[in-house]
Amino acid sequence: MTVPVRITVNGRPVERDVEPRLLLVHFIRVFAEQTGTKIGCDTSQCGACTVLIDGVSAKSCTTLAVQADGSSVTTIEGLSDGEQLHPLQESFWNKHGLQCGFCTPGMILASHELLRTNASPSEAEIRHGLEGNMCRCTGYQNIVRAVRDAAETMATAK
Amino acid sequence: MSSRIFGSGIRRREDPRLITGSALYTHDITLPGMAYAVMLRSSHAHARITRIDTDRAAAAPGVLAVYTGADIEGALQPVPCAWLLPDSGLKIAPYPCIARDVVHYTGDIVAVVVAEELPQAHDAVELIEADYEPLPAVTDPEQAAGADAPQLHAKDVNGDDIAGNQAFHWTVAGGDVDAAFAEAEADGVVIKERILQQRLIPNAMEPRGAVAQYNRATGELTLWNTTQNPHIVRFLCSVVTGIPEDKLRVIAPEVGGGFGSKIAVYPADFITVFCSKQLGRPVKWIETRSENYQATTHGRDHVQDVELAATKDGRITGLRCTVHAGMGAYLSTAAPGIPTILHGLMLSGCYTIPALKEDVYGVYTNGVPVEAYRGAGRPEATFMLERLIDVLAGELGMDPADVRRRNFIPKFDDGHEVITTLNYDSGDYPGALDKLLDHTGYQALRERQAAGPSNGKYLGLGLSSYVEICGLGPSQVAGAIGFQGGLWESAIVRFHPTGKVHVFIGASPHGQGEETTFAQIVASEIGVDAGDVKIFHGDTDATPMGWGTYGSRTTAVGGAALALAVRKIRDKAKVLAAHLLEASVEDMDYEDGKFFVKGSPDKSKTIQDIALMANVAWDLPEGMEAGLEASTFYDPPNFVFPYGAHLAVVEVDAATGQVDLTGYTALDDCGPQINPVIVEGQVHGGVVQGIGQALWEGAAYDDSGQLVTGSMLDYALPRADLLPPIDVISTVTRSPHHPLGVKGIGEAGTIASTAAVYNAVIDALKPLGVKRIDMPFTPERVWRAIQEAKGS
Repeated sequence: MTVPVRITVNGRPVERDVEPRLLLVHFIRVFAEQTGTKIGCDTSQCGACTVLIDGVSAKSCTTLAVQADGSSVTTIEGLSDGEQLHPLQESFWNKHGLQCGFCTPGMILASHELLRTNASPSEAEIRHGLEGNMCRCTGYQNIVRAVRDAAETMATAK
Repeated sequence: MSSRIFGSGIRRREDPRLITGSALYTHDITLPGMAYAVMLRSSHAHARITRIDTDRAAAAPGVLAVYTGADIEGALQPVPCAWLLPDSGLKIAPYPCIARDVVHYTGDIVAVVVAEELPQAHDAVELIEADYEPLPAVTDPEQAAGADAPQLHAKDVNGDDIAGNQAFHWTVAGGDVDAAFAEAEADGVVIKERILQQRLIPNAMEPRGAVAQYNRATGELTLWNTTQNPHIVRFLCSVVTGIPEDKLRVIAPEVGGGFGSKIAVYPADFITVFCSKQLGRPVKWIETRSENYQATTHGRDHVQDVELAATKDGRITGLRCTVHAGMGAYLSTAAPGIPTILHGLMLSGCYTIPALKEDVYGVYTNGVPVEAYRGAGRPEATFMLERLIDVLAGELGMDPADVRRRNFIPKFDDGHEVITTLNYDSGDYPGALDKLLDHTGYQALRERQAAGPSNGKYLGLGLSSYVEICGLGPSQVAGAIGFQGGLWESAIVRFHPTGKVHVFIGASPHGQGEETTFAQIVASEIGVDAGDVKIFHGDTDATPMGWGTYGSRTTAVGGAALALAVRKIRDKAKVLAAHLLEASVEDMDYEDGKFFVKGSPDKSKTIQDIALMANVAWDLPEGMEAGLEASTFYDPPNFVFPYGAHLAVVEVDAATGQVDLTGYTALDDCGPQINPVIVEGQVHGGVVQGIGQALWEGAAYDDSGQLVTGSMLDYALPRADLLPPIDVISTVTRSPHHPLGVKGIGEAGTIASTAAVYNAVIDALKPLGVKRIDMPFTPERVWRAIQEAKGS
């Protein structure tokens, strides 16, 4: 059995007949061919698959593609405005907030959610806000710095 | 400008592709006609396979093939062990790619399904019927060495008996240990400790995987692989699959961390190659995270019984220990060298120890094979010493800092031989500790501690002084210690007519940022802009041979090869510049990318001028070859020995057993820092992995050998909200034998931090009488230890 699904991924509508069990992350990676979204675990712990569904963050490994039918999904590839990086991308680069880069797409989108709901988070709030995303390289130190830096940049830009 | 780029924390050039999702990891590679493989792994830790029926799976939708152990017979050789530890009675058990008769751990592969689509392969694996006759299992290394333990392997690869599950027995000894202990028993102090270095799961965020593309027309195979060392994979893949090395291309594309778990070669990767060869189609295999826990190498797993002899004034006179090191079901690629060479030879640490002896028993167990994990042997050595020193301090009523000071090797800058025969390059261990104590206000913290607990929370301070061996290493030594490869590195540097530079390097970074630091080395050596230097790595067809990124060796060894190659170019450029300026070579000077006649800086040629002339070759000195290119093979004359001192500050809630890490300061000396921002990042990550071992992490098996911590739900990784800010400071001591003076920093944090946190927790609980707790320090364990101490 398949179900027709239409999901807009980074502005491009993608229509497919999918199995009901198909996870959104696979839809994104296989059908929308956006491989920036990563799969780091199989228990919804690591957060590497975090994307925005209609602007709100979600773990795309815990979301069925059919649940996202009709929605608009933003992945790491869709975050920058053309060649203009999003402030979070700039800050992760400037503050050395990544090493191997595998957790980074999910980490940036989880940070996006954090700043959407709290424009000026404290260090503790940043740490708490990112507890659902795992990084094995940075010890989170520079990720926290990057998010704080991005918050400042975004506050100034407003 | 360019000369100052060495030491500058410039932004990493790797990052733009990583922050935009455009980097391609193995999992992201899709090829025309690609099929997907899924492995069936044993559901038992130890069992005889009585029947495998693959008929239903083979008939399932989309299935292209199902292979079992019988199908690979003769086509895939057993997985080799590549560290043949000498003088240790090494017994290598056969390690088949697919188990045929007996499975030895729950990760053993018993069959593989290849299908058109990944979900079809997953579905079909469920249809394989495998029957087992379970056998008793053992996962604790000490128990496995016991007389009544279940035996894993009857014979080794040579047909010799394996007795008592013993893979090897290795010793290191120096000085008169028995005399030292006899003396201490009579008129001194003897400390005894039992230390459990629990099994850890490396958890690189990118799971392992392989994409194999075999071309039947040419007989060539390309393998994209999540590896730290593509050239070693090529080498061993040719041994296992029979595909000649010249027809094998191994690409390590973007690799998402390794921490040692991507050093080994693995059955699943060779099976993927086999499937591609059989089917004539590209085949992709990517492990799930649960599969990563189940079958990708683990780390540590030592049971250590340790004794320290000392004088009554705190001077160490002897160290004696027995270690049972769990090797898991088979010997992984580099496994025998980890608890021995990289552990036992470092047992003098930062200290003058006149006599020591260690016996290491490598033991087969029904667990995942154990390999290098960040630090690899050295954390287990550092922990042992740093723990014993704190126990000694407690015994003598001395401050732990003072006991360290009493035993430190005095400052040295050009070699110091320790009892294990290693010759440390340079170090100032007392200086490092003093700076750390000053910086952290150690005395004030001690005074605060002396004021007693506040709200039931006990303050604890934990020190850890360490020295580590890295920059592996001289190839002659590699041969002597049984490592089946060289440990040099190579680099090719090529100038193009416009002065832009391509570097082809054998080292294979996977997140550490050496594309940036290597460009900084080139820029600082020859005055080009770092942005004009492109670094190629991780492709065996494009780069010269390299022995891999592990053991904190990539900058230390690969960076040295690169610097020396650039210096060769500088020498040639100087000759060409002299020719063009009609001066003698002896009269030429060089500074910041300019070659000029001494005393006449206006008579000069830039490196870009020289690159153009060398490439067009219109006017070269007689006998000079065209082009501006150099290659170097750098075989280090010795290892390098970074060192440092760390302080952990904890508060332990005596009512709940909850440990809060409230502060952490790392002082590390890795020599001159090419990019201090990257160095700091390496320390951060390393420290947190070591903290993880002390506080949260630990792989656990049940009595039947099932992995209880089989997913990220069950294995506690460090999370952002559990950690305090980490303060990173440094000192700079050059390595006297290294072309750039640099050492290594990848593993330092992990080597130091576990002991620092452990010492802090026990220090906090000292007033309550708690002397030891097995890691990790879960609240339950801490609480129980407090209750037991109260009861006694």
